[in-house]
Parts: sequence; C-alpha cells; structure tokens
Amino acid sequence: MTDLGPLIPRNREIHPVPYDPGYKTSITRSPNLPLLSMESTPSEETGPRFGHNLLGELDNNLILNWTKGAAPAVGERILVHGRVLDENGRPVPHTLVEIWQANAGGRYRHVKDTYFAPLDPNFGGCGRTITDENGYYEFLTIRPGAYPWPNRGNDWRPMHIHMSVFGHSFGQRLITQLYFEGDPLIDRCPIAATIKSRSQLDRLVAPLDMAKARPMDFLAYKFDVVLRGRRQTMFENKLEGM
Amino acid sequence: MTQQLDILQETPSQTAGPYVHIGCVPTFAGLEGIYPEDLALSPIEDGAKGEIIEITGSVYDGTGWAMRDAMMESWQADAAGIFPGSEGADPKVSGFCRFTADKETGIFTLRTVKPGATKGRGGVIQAPHISVWVVARGINIGLQTRIYFEDEDNSADPLLARIEQRPRVDTLIAKKTAEGKYTFDIRLQGEGETVFLDI
Ligand SMILES: [Fe+3]
Repeated sequence: MTDLGPLIPRNREIHPVPYDPGYKTSITRSPNLPLLSMESTPSEETGPRFGHNLLGELDNNLILNWTKGAAPAVGERILVHGRVLDENGRPVPHTLVEIWQANAGGRYRHVKDTYFAPLDPNFGGCGRTITDENGYYEFLTIRPGAYPWPNRGNDWRPMHIHMSVFGHSFGQRLITQLYFEGDPLIDRCPIAATIKSRSQLDRLVAPLDMAKARPMDFLAYKFDVVLRGRRQTMFENKLEGM
Repeated sequence: MTQQLDILQETPSQTAGPYVHIGCVPTFAGLEGIYPEDLALSPIEDGAKGEIIEITGSVYDGTGWAMRDAMMESWQADAAGIFPGSEGADPKVSGFCRFTADKETGIFTLRTVKPGATKGRGGVIQAPHISVWVVARGINIGLQTRIYFEDEDNSADPLLARIEQRPRVDTLIAKKTAEGKYTFDIRLQGEGETVFLDI
C-alpha cells in the first residue's frame, strides 16, 4: 500500500482547553500531566470503515426515523448539510457521521434528562449517514431547543447538535457540536467557552443557508467539518507491512 | 506579506456531553429500534484467528470515582499484526469496538482477539497493543491511549520507550488475572494518571 504519510500533528491551540473551571465537570476529568507526543503510526493512520449498507432509509431523517415514517416530529424543520474535508482541503468520502440532539423543547430522550420540557412521542434524537464520494452529508431534523443544565446557578446550553465523525484514520476521530447563527446563548455557554479563540468557536456556528432551504418545507444550515490531514511528501519512507 | 498556505485547520472538538450514548449507542441508551443494533458491538466475529481475550476495567475521574458515563472505542490489528482493511488481514476481525462503562458499576468489558505486533514506517516494530479513545461529559477533547499486555515483550516498543518517567509505563499495561483475562483501568487525573497520547 502507498504510504499516505503521517497524520499532521494536532494543533491543540484551536481545540478547547481540557481544564476549564467554568465547566465544572472538566475539573476532575482533565489530565494534569502532559500528553505524550509522537509521530503517528499505523495504529492511528488506519481506522474502521463503514459501508452504506449499514444505513436504514430514514437514518438521516430525524423528523421521521423514530416513528419509522408514521408521524413527524414537532419543531422547526431544518436541513443540516455540509462536507467533511481534511486539512489538505480534500473531501473525506464514505465516512460515518452521527448526530444526536434534544427535541424542539430542549429535552433529550434519556433517563437522566428530567427537564420540564415534554418528550415528543415522535422524536428520538439520533441519526447517522455516510458521506458521499465528495464528502457531502445531509440530515433532515428539527431545530433543538436550548436547555438549562446544572453547572453554575443559571447555565443554559445554546441550541446545538452533537456530531461524531470518523474519517479514515483512528487518529482523525472527532466529536464536536454545531451551534446556530444568531443564538445569544453561545456567548454565555461555559462549554462553548472552553474554546478560547473566538474565531475558532465561530467555526462551530452554522450559518443559515437559504439557497438550500426548500420553500414551504424546511430551512437549511451549513456545517463543514475538517478532520486531520496527512503529511504526504516525496520524502516519506515506505510504510512496511501495510 | 507572504503567500497563503493552502491548508485548512481541524474543526475544534467539543465534549461528547452526558448524552453521548443517545447518538453513539442508542439501543444501550434506551432508544431501542431506531437501528437494528448499536454500531460495532464486537471487534471480532466467530472464527477470528488467535487468542480470544477479555479486558475489564473502569475509567476513574480525579476523585477516584469509576465513571458511569464513559464511552470508549478501540482499534487494533488482528492476531498477525495486520490492520483490518490492509492486504492479508483476517476477514473475521473488524478491529473496531465501541463499548461503555456499566451504568451501575462503571465497569467495562472488551472482548476481542489479542493483536499481534505491528510493523510501521521504516520497519519499526510496535509491541501488541490496542488503541483506545475515551469520551464523556467533562472531557473536552477525546483522550487517546493504548492497552499493552504484561505477558508480551514490550521492551522495544517505540511509544513506551518515549515515556521518560518509567513508572508511568505501567499505566499502559494490562495485567493478566487468568488465562485470557486482563484488567486495565484508565485514570484521567491524579495518582496513577494514565499516559494519554497526542499522536
Ligand atoms: Fe447537548
């Protein structure tokens, strides 16, 4: 197999800080000691692949997937779409993207979520898809509500969708959150604030995309995701045993 | 001014949060029926070549509490040291598993085949190991680590060799408790903090 080169080392500056007293749970769940850095190996450069045969027809339609199409979820109907790219700007085709979110009232379908907002009997809250050959993905869903959470006295999460992306290398594995353009709670959220660079946080805010909205049906938000790239040069050694 | 670098930056991470199970293991989270089954319940199928092993342990936070909400993923080579997807790999080994801490006890179990030593760039041999990625509420960017085995020759492994404080090597080594059984705990912080990787 051709050596695609090592993964580009992660730029930790753009990521959230692991320890942030504003987000209380991170206080006891962040390593104190430095991470061990080294060049990637086949263990990080290879990774699982998932085929399109994994998917059910409604897996990327959260409006309908919980009821198998019998009844739609309540809420503002939206299309969330974008591309998965790597740091070299190349599309990442055929990679699994999973999302999960609260319902339109801000309530998760989870035993631990006891918020007053009611469950929607027609909304489950998760979906998945696999990017096409150009790295493109889309989900049809409802816009999740903001919700309060126990942190400081009166903390609320902005409207957000959790997103998990695989890439083709285990070292590319990423979980992030999509926020929505114009939400005033983003600037008040201790979790969003774990990202210290405003311009980096802005990259998690999906803009309204009227070009993709379907009249009388749904609005659209665009969210591109960039995964780590590979440092391919003409000077890389041959990767043996692969 | 200079030319512009033709490079993008990785998307920033955010915590997987308290409800990661809804998205990643929905059946486990109580959302039965949304998918036929949760993704990657096992890294092997019947007939996988090699020794079948079971690794159990917990993920501890800085207070010594076994976390009930951790979600982990593992990735590994087959018994011959070949990664799934590469030529000659055991077709019965997918190599990838998603597993969780038990809701009541905080104990996880990974049942898999023991990986072989792998060969990397420049022919460098890595001792048998399983890569692990841990996410949970309070973890702002997923933590990478590795499980090595105490009954393997780890003396020439390039990653373990880079750990300057030698007693810390022990945090990456699974202990054998019986034939085919190992224990491996992950400590996020404090005494015995696991070596986490930036790799
Ligand atoms: Fe959330």
